Amino acid sequence: MWIRSGYEYGELVKEECEGAAMKGGEGRACGDNRKGGEIVLLDLACEKDHLSRYEFVHPVRQTLQRAGCNCRVMHYTDFRIDDAEGCGVILCGTALMDNGYAENLSAFSWLADFPGPALGICAGMQVIAAVYGGGIVSQPAIGLERIEILEPSPLLGEPRAIEGYMLHNYAASLPEGFSLLAGCAGAAQAFRHKSRPIYGIIFHPEVRNRWILEGFACRLAHNRQGPSDETDLCNESSQ
Amino acid sequence: MKLGVLFSGGKDSVYACRLAMERDRVSCLITLISESPESYMFHTPNIRCTGLQAQALDIPRLAWPTRGVKEAELEDLRDAIAAAEREYGIQGIVTGAIESVYQAARVQRICRDAGLWCFNPLWQADQLDHLRRICQEGYRTIISGVYAYPFDSSWLGAEINEERILALERLQERYQVNPSGEGGELETLVLDGPIFKKRIEVIRAEKIYANYSGRYVIQEAKLADK
Repeated sequence: MWIRSGYEYGELVKEECEGAAMKGGEGRACGDNRKGGEIVLLDLACEKDHLSRYEFVHPVRQTLQRAGCNCRVMHYTDFRIDDAEGCGVILCGTALMDNGYAENLSAFSWLADFPGPALGICAGMQVIAAVYGGGIVSQPAIGLERIEILEPSPLLGEPRAIEGYMLHNYAASLPEGFSLLAGCAGAAQAFRHKSRPIYGIIFHPEVRNRWILEGFACRLAHNRQGPSDETDLCNESSQ
Repeated sequence: MKLGVLFSGGKDSVYACRLAMERDRVSCLITLISESPESYMFHTPNIRCTGLQAQALDIPRLAWPTRGVKEAELEDLRDAIAAAEREYGIQGIVTGAIESVYQAARVQRICRDAGLWCFNPLWQADQLDHLRRICQEGYRTIISGVYAYPFDSSWLGAEINEERILALERLQERYQVNPSGEGGELETLVLDGPIFKKRIEVIRAEKIYANYSGRYVIQEAKLADK
């Protein structure tokens, strides 16, 4: 009899890239990008090894690993900008009751200088907004909601409606220097930095929209193109 | 944190309980006893075995009746959670939800309204990986109900082992069956495992089966030393 603490779902994940199920390019593999393009997943929970990591970090990791991407999970309080040299960063969501990240925003000041691709999910989006001068605003939502994508972007593709899983008490207002991709400026559903590969989405892409994470991973590694001819996330930083 | 686990006695709620026990305290199991076999939210075959499972796990169980009528049963769940909060001082709820946005969103709303944490530690887990992990860790799980083509009566009462998992994998490829039963294709009952202090021994059971729908009804079971 044994119970291993810190059970990792990723252990059983197949290592082969099975193909990123991208919208508009179902089943296309992003190739072996394990040579580089590692993604650091930041757990934004109020404590290390919190029970919520199984719900908000592990599903993201599972999706990325299946897309052939190397992932490293770190608690945000342990992260230093050097940890992500040459890597992308995903700031994961938190449990609905967990707003600890908003009381510890100084721990995210590195984001202002972060040169690589970054994606904030839910709480992570709120953190990005706050670091860049936007606000964290009360706007509770739970469940599937329609999301109107307003303008094209490498992350979300062409303007159209999608359905996304919401689980938040707070949303983010649009910071200066960011473009609104979905929602409204007072409570954005998705945004991107105008000149750097920094994105925020308020919905959880690990639920029914894994193609967003797969696209982030695919475009991240070695300037590989995704299934469309959109700009590579990594190259945006030089624009 | 003191937690209450929404507990059906199936593999998902047992494994969610096991994950919650890693760092937190599971103060009670919350079981809704549905009067309707068509319950939208709550697993029904052998739900009465959960009392025996709670004894085997040495965790108090709060059994709460529900009519099992869509949406009204959510009010019953809300009442059950409130009772668990009063009686056991729980600060959060744990569920075994894997894919169902319908279930997860409703429990999230109830917890938000009650000011409780809500945890879904199996959320979006790969169903085959999940089954294999349960077996590898030594959980003894049997199929207690089948509700879809092409499951025949041989599945009823069968233990989930690698051979069955491979069969489920084939059914997934051929018929798009959810191997973990997330689509309601099958339901399970856990008899033993690392978090069990005693094991459950089935003494007498009956298979009721017709047209790809059946139940393995346990008529008599007892606790046994491990």
